[in-house]
Amino acid sequence: MDLGRKRQLVQGMAFFIIRSSAVMICAALAIMLGFILIRGYRAINWTFLTQPPMEAMTKGGIFPAIAGTLYLTLGAFLIAFPLGVASAIYISEYAREGKLVRIIRLGINNLAGVPSVVFGLFGLGLFVVFLGFGSSILSGSLTLAFLILPVIIGASEEALKAVPQTYREASLALGGTKWQTIYKVVLPAALPGILTGSILGIGRAAGETAPIMFTAAAFYTARLPSSIFDEVMALPYHIYVLATAGTHIEETRHLQYGTALVLIGLVLGINLVAIIMRTRMRRKETY
Amino acid sequence: MSNEIKMATKNMSFYYGDFKALDDITLEFQKNRVSALIGPSGCGKSTFLRALNRMNDIIPSARVEGQVLLDGEDVYGPNVDVVEIRKRVGMVFQKPNPFPKTIFNDVAYGLRIRGIKNRRELEDRVEASLKAAAIWDEVKDRFNKSALSLSGGQQQRLCIARALAVEPEVLLMDEPASALDPIATQKIEELIRELKQRYTIIIVTHNMQQAARVSDVTAFFYIGKLIEVDETEMMFTRPSLKQTEDYITGRFG
Repeated sequence: MDLGRKRQLVQGMAFFIIRSSAVMICAALAIMLGFILIRGYRAINWTFLTQPPMEAMTKGGIFPAIAGTLYLTLGAFLIAFPLGVASAIYISEYAREGKLVRIIRLGINNLAGVPSVVFGLFGLGLFVVFLGFGSSILSGSLTLAFLILPVIIGASEEALKAVPQTYREASLALGGTKWQTIYKVVLPAALPGILTGSILGIGRAAGETAPIMFTAAAFYTARLPSSIFDEVMALPYHIYVLATAGTHIEETRHLQYGTALVLIGLVLGINLVAIIMRTRMRRKETY
Repeated sequence: MSNEIKMATKNMSFYYGDFKALDDITLEFQKNRVSALIGPSGCGKSTFLRALNRMNDIIPSARVEGQVLLDGEDVYGPNVDVVEIRKRVGMVFQKPNPFPKTIFNDVAYGLRIRGIKNRRELEDRVEASLKAAAIWDEVKDRFNKSALSLSGGQQQRLCIARALAVEPEVLLMDEPASALDPIATQKIEELIRELKQRYTIIIVTHNMQQAARVSDVTAFFYIGKLIEVDETEMMFTRPSLKQTEDYITGRFG
């Protein structure tokens, strides 16, 4: 075979493999979504979305779980967002590259690698037992907050780094202090990126089961929480319960898929909010 | 023309880590005059300019020896507030760098961080600065548009207005027209000639004609050293050193 044709063939094969990889990823997502959609859409109706479970969870809805997941996610966001953004500002704007920053970075990276069930146990030990918050929205939110901190710090750091150095110089040259420069110029410019990255991180928190299993999730509660010290039902844990712990596992299959569908819809919805927010803020461009 | 010395350096050397970027520079800048710093790329003229308002402070390894004097006081002195220095010594950068804010907020930024909140006062001073920077007529109807919607030349004049708004005493300009087209460049040059009535201006430029057109005094830098400094007219007609003449006439650099 002459060299030219061989090269053509190699290139063709490489392109084929690369293209198939991309297609495969999309296909995996589509199959998963399709599967859950087909199995679950029949369970979705007004009662399902607005009522608590009934008759040993074989009937009724999942409203307390939807509300619980929303509470936990919002709580985790409110805790992790300021903490994460502040850490990122310290690392990228204040700290000079050195031993301390290396240690902090190592810490953050390792935090990101900790299995979520370990976060659950940690939350159980610290928040539920030691601090006495009990199994509650507060304990669950705190635990989830720790889980997504590395994501928020990472996203914020990236967004801060993307702010042109010339903005900082302009502000400093006008007699701005470092804090004024960060607060009035750098942060507003980085905010779209910070928010988008953080909200995408929050989507992950919404779907986690292990961290809330010991810290917040209730097997069953019909009423909605009245304070942050109440236990709540949560969508991922509810799926787990229905699929493994009930006495009617086979009879509730459609409810399991329905719950999964709601959870996926919720996470996609959160991501969609992030994307819309980013586009809008980019378009605005001034503050 | 007054001969009052507004700014000066005395035996000033500058280091990036172990690298000596400026070697023993002694130079004086007279009040209400335009001084041009010329020299080939990498000769240290921008480093010198940024040492005058301590913008190099943000580079961790940077270090200064000798003195930089503003009205006779060392800007690197132990009790000096760097923020105060930068208020008195304004700077315009090579590339226009407006904030992604509205035109009004961009110019008002320096005033606001000084605590001026009164809307009336802000408006008056923004207007005065925009007029002084010869861009008022082009932006007066679009205060709430993004500063980024302006052309490059307009952006640079906006940056000049922003620097003027805080009423500095000295204005440092780092190749302010190098990213602009000839017409915008001409406008900036006219502006510089106008502004020297009120400010002491120090400008870095790569463009010999520009130095000849706008400056009263020219200083020639080469590899971190000050080679020659003289009245611009003398420099461009009868430079005393062969090296200066070669550079000015374009034989090297």
